[in-house]
Amino acid sequence: MNSDGPSSTSGVGGSADLATPRRNSKRPKYSKFTQQELPACKPILTPGWVISSFLLVGIVFIPIGLASLLASRNVVELVDRYETACIPDGFKKDKVKFIQSDSNKTCNRNLRVKKDMKPPIYVYYQLDNFYQNHRRYVKSRSDQQLKSKNKENETDDCKPEATINGKAILPCGLIAWSLFNDTYSFSRSSQKLQVNKKDISWKSDRDHKFGKDVFPKNFQNRTVKGGATLNASIPLNKQEDLIVWMRTAALPTFRKLYGKIEVELKKGDVIQVTLENNYNTYSFNGKKKLVLSTTKWIGGKNDFIGIAYLTVGGLCFLLALSFGIIYFVKPRRLGDPTYLSWNRNPGGGSNN
Amino acid sequence: MKRCVYINDDEDLSHDLYCDNRISNTKYTLLNFLPKNLWEQFSRFMNQYFLLIACLQLWPLITPVNPASTWGPLLFIFAVSASKEAWDDYYRYLSDKKANEKQVWVVKKGVKTHIQAQDIHVGNLVWLRENDEVPCDLVLIGTSEPQGQCHVETSALDGETDLKTRVIPSACAGIELELLHKIKGVIECPQPDKDIRRFDANMRLFPPFIDNDVCPLTIKNTILQSCYLRNTEWVCGVAVYAGNETKLGMSRGVPEPKLTAMDAMIDKLTGAIFVFQIVVVIVLGIAGNFLKETEARKQWYVQYPNAGPWYELLVIPLRFELLCSIMIPISIKVSLDLVKSIYAKFIDWDHEMIDIQTGTPSLAANTAISEDLGQVEYILTDKTGTLTENQMIFKRCCISGTFYGNENGDALKDVKLLNAVSSGSPDVIRFLTVMSICNTVIPLKSKNGGLSYKAQSQDEEALVRAAAQLHMIFSKKNANILEINFNASLLQYELLDTLEFTSDRKKMSIVVRDRQSGKIFLLSKGADEAILPCACTGEQIRTFSEAVEQYAQLGLRTLCLAWRELPEDKYQEWSLVFKEANSTLVDREWKVSEVCQRLEVDLEILGVAAIEDRLQDGVPETIETLRKAGINFWMLTGDKQNTAIQIALSCNFVSPEPKGQLLLINGKTEDEVCRNLERVLLTMRITNSEPKDVAFVIDGWALEIALKYHRNEFTELSILSKTAICCRVTPSQKAQLVGLLKSCDYRTLAIGDGGNDVRMIQQADIGVGISGREGLQAARAADYSIGRFRFLKRLILVHGRYSYNRTAFLSQYCFYKSLLICFIQIFFSFVSGVSGSSLFNSVSLMAYNVFYTSIPVLVSVLDKDLSEKTVMQHPQILFYCQAGRLLNPSTFAGWFGRSLFHAIVVFLITIHAYANEKSEIEEVSMVALSGCIWLQAFVVTIETKNYFSSYHEFSV
Repeated sequence: MNSDGPSSTSGVGGSADLATPRRNSKRPKYSKFTQQELPACKPILTPGWVISSFLLVGIVFIPIGLASLLASRNVVELVDRYETACIPDGFKKDKVKFIQSDSNKTCNRNLRVKKDMKPPIYVYYQLDNFYQNHRRYVKSRSDQQLKSKNKENETDDCKPEATINGKAILPCGLIAWSLFNDTYSFSRSSQKLQVNKKDISWKSDRDHKFGKDVFPKNFQNRTVKGGATLNASIPLNKQEDLIVWMRTAALPTFRKLYGKIEVELKKGDVIQVTLENNYNTYSFNGKKKLVLSTTKWIGGKNDFIGIAYLTVGGLCFLLALSFGIIYFVKPRRLGDPTYLSWNRNPGGGSNN
Repeated sequence: MKRCVYINDDEDLSHDLYCDNRISNTKYTLLNFLPKNLWEQFSRFMNQYFLLIACLQLWPLITPVNPASTWGPLLFIFAVSASKEAWDDYYRYLSDKKANEKQVWVVKKGVKTHIQAQDIHVGNLVWLRENDEVPCDLVLIGTSEPQGQCHVETSALDGETDLKTRVIPSACAGIELELLHKIKGVIECPQPDKDIRRFDANMRLFPPFIDNDVCPLTIKNTILQSCYLRNTEWVCGVAVYAGNETKLGMSRGVPEPKLTAMDAMIDKLTGAIFVFQIVVVIVLGIAGNFLKETEARKQWYVQYPNAGPWYELLVIPLRFELLCSIMIPISIKVSLDLVKSIYAKFIDWDHEMIDIQTGTPSLAANTAISEDLGQVEYILTDKTGTLTENQMIFKRCCISGTFYGNENGDALKDVKLLNAVSSGSPDVIRFLTVMSICNTVIPLKSKNGGLSYKAQSQDEEALVRAAAQLHMIFSKKNANILEINFNASLLQYELLDTLEFTSDRKKMSIVVRDRQSGKIFLLSKGADEAILPCACTGEQIRTFSEAVEQYAQLGLRTLCLAWRELPEDKYQEWSLVFKEANSTLVDREWKVSEVCQRLEVDLEILGVAAIEDRLQDGVPETIETLRKAGINFWMLTGDKQNTAIQIALSCNFVSPEPKGQLLLINGKTEDEVCRNLERVLLTMRITNSEPKDVAFVIDGWALEIALKYHRNEFTELSILSKTAICCRVTPSQKAQLVGLLKSCDYRTLAIGDGGNDVRMIQQADIGVGISGREGLQAARAADYSIGRFRFLKRLILVHGRYSYNRTAFLSQYCFYKSLLICFIQIFFSFVSGVSGSSLFNSVSLMAYNVFYTSIPVLVSVLDKDLSEKTVMQHPQILFYCQAGRLLNPSTFAGWFGRSLFHAIVVFLITIHAYANEKSEIEEVSMVALSGCIWLQAFVVTIETKNYFSSYHEFSV
């Protein structure tokens, strides 16, 4: 309720009586923050500023682009698509039937080295049209189970590959179940090339994500086998193929590291590859490729970065150039108030 | 329906019938707080949406992220708004409690007892002392004054600060003090309503008081809740309405929460985004289901079951709904609430808006509407106390042809006048006599011997004070005897009659008998047009009209003082007619006025007094600046037309003649008003194209008629006219005018200082109260209270504009950053078989929404595009805000396009740069996320800089 009323009275000739404000009349504290007066710089995008910053971007980006493009071009890459070639002629019509049958799936391929390849030479398998990022697939794993021994029953997320006969599958889930199981072995002029399969996965994965005391259990015990089986006596942190596979790919076309060849390959060498074509990509028309690649500081072969740098740098350079021309041909004073909309004559020749 | 109130009825008959005097303004009780508050919060569309999303996320089959990422912020938002509401309501409860537990004297079972105000029941006898607040609506039955009068101050009710006289009903006249305790009777009164000017009831006292005579009661016989008793030792009254059923309680509505234009726009844009989201969800949902049937079934590693549950078709669309739910950022509400409260704090803290005289800082009571300040199109202002100081000071006078105070601007310090007083110049003495007693002022002696005056009008008080300073001290009013001390001699006058002031007569007179000489005089004062024509023939009135002219041009209020000696027999003769006229029942006012007219002739004009109601500092400059900023001003005042026009002229409200033009609309009948209105409308249409200042002036009567019968014409007029002066308007008319402008979709700001402005302030989009002399009601009801009118300039141009710019940026940025991440999710769904998987995990999304985007951007509350000085110098800059150029569908489309473009860039670069061997989902998601973070940080920087340099942009 209002309890405030001007009730003060003042003497003759005094000022009119004031309603004494009940409000707390203490002054708010003064500080630069409260007065919104914090020091601030107000950079104004003057033509010189704009032109020089575009120029700078151009100057920095174009060399970077050239360098990366060069590096990418120097990467040597051998790619061999084998999924169709490795089907015997009799099965060309029904590839799925072949892959699901028990017949011998060994397949021989020859690769010719086009350029000298310095070690380490990375061996990848590449799958196309394989959706490791599918919603049903990507979630179907149990990180806890992989990490520690006493969490082996944490299989809630793994459906439909969670349990078998009420017992937990380890490693559970669709990802592990569909582990890639083609194998490759290489030889050069009948001399075997060693493929180093150690340290092909992330160290942090081996150390922290896959337990060293966790062993596969009840894995691939179903009638329908997905992919590779695992040796139940090796702990998960040593099963590097699995660790690589469990790092799901973001795109439907992906490469995964198979191993490293640690000898130099010369130009003109022919490499014989003996592969076991076990993995079923035929039911969804997926391609399988074997890739041998060297690396540079930029990584594998990828022209994109170089091209992107070059494009952006060139664009900035062009912009700087055109701004510069406009600025020198038709300069105007900065902050000229006559250009303000309310100062401009309506209809009076605004030449801008 | 009538209500019957049994006076002093101890049998508790009416107790159950009518509510007790417990006042309750609270919105909630302890029990209903949770459901009611939740219900209110969920009536907002945005909240319903978030709740739905949060519930859907509980379903693990479809949720892409951890439900906690939605539930957490949602619960936080709800907790914050609920506790704010609870806090406010608690304060309302405390102030109610204070009023309810106030001790009052009430007669119970024939004994006067002290009880709490909330225990008063209808029918109780309530005793009040001087300066008490009236606890409920009472019908008077006894006062300490012998004439049965009492004085009340009604400013809390209607904003008028003068004292009003209330009388006891005739039936109760002359009842002994002791008998009042035992009085019994019945009052028949209407059901509670909110009309504070009407009370048509009647009272019947039971024997032994008066045998069954029905005595009519009017509003004159009541004192209403929240008034104060003044100058009366005590009164006694019967409670007729109590609690929330009093006239005040009925008129007190819960003011609707105000929604700013920007809020409305944001809501609209949110709706648009929602529609977009639904479209995306439907398209992707259908595509996903199609792909599932054609492709995913072949993908053995996904193990799609051949027959799914009945809701199978819904799963993918719902997944996309959840993926896209981040399009509408939950953080926008939190961020906006937060920055808005910071804007409000900036207003509170602003040192340049502290009233130096009283040390009152500005206060933003409503923290939610700062940006509306930057979009104001109409300012409706009160006059007295808002534009002016509301301090009437006698400044100049012209006595029988001599001008005093022209040299130094203050007659009280003019040596000429002081000399004339001390030498006893008869003209001056008479002038002073009229000044000091021709009024309804009541002199009050306080205990320590000081003297103060209570006056119905500030003008009269100013005159009496001035006279006192010139040694003519009006010291005592004792029944009919008026005493004046002049130079240590005591002059006594017997007050014979008072010819009251009415707005039609524009003058008031008293008839007194000089106790010393026994002669009878008529003393008059009034407006020049009312007094000068009554001058006795042959008198030179030229100098006086010149004086009036001269003073009016200075913006002073003028009063002409006159007197006349009456022959005894003539007075007696007139007195009889006057008494008769006063007791007529039909057309009394008209008759009385006619009789008065008969006496107020052949006046001898004594002089002209000029009173200044000084404009507040900086008012003309403020109005000029704000008008340059494209804001239209309307003046709504209860004052009379001439004064209003004068003030309007002196504070740049309207330009003087050749450039400006005033069009008057007045009239008492419908025809007259209609004709006037049409004429003005015609002129307005013609002159609209010319660069001419045209304003219309309308008075309360004409306004009433215009609003009732010619609403459309008047609306058109309001749209055409940039300036208007409305005089003699009531509080509710002020509110109606605000409503009218609002209905034309204008943003209105109402500024006022008195209780009579409260309704207008509550009605307007923004209410600004001046914590002034007329108490604090306006300041309390207002969204912003400031100490002086001139702070309005800073409030609008600096705080309003900055708030608008900042909110415009912040809200669109919020959508931008959410859309950015959402678009990337959508693009990712194209490469993940449209299965609805999320590229980002819950933690990244949370971190992105909170740490990386919501919090850093809060520095934009300190962003200033232009310096305060620049804005003040070029108020036209405000056009940008008024027209809503920084937040509208097209700017929003720009931001939308920007986020789409940025998402494409980030996504393409990410997937191509990582196309081959290293395309692990976590890596790609991190790279995309950091891309988004860098990009949005860059946008914030660029935008901030853009604003910093937009002076330059203006010129492009």
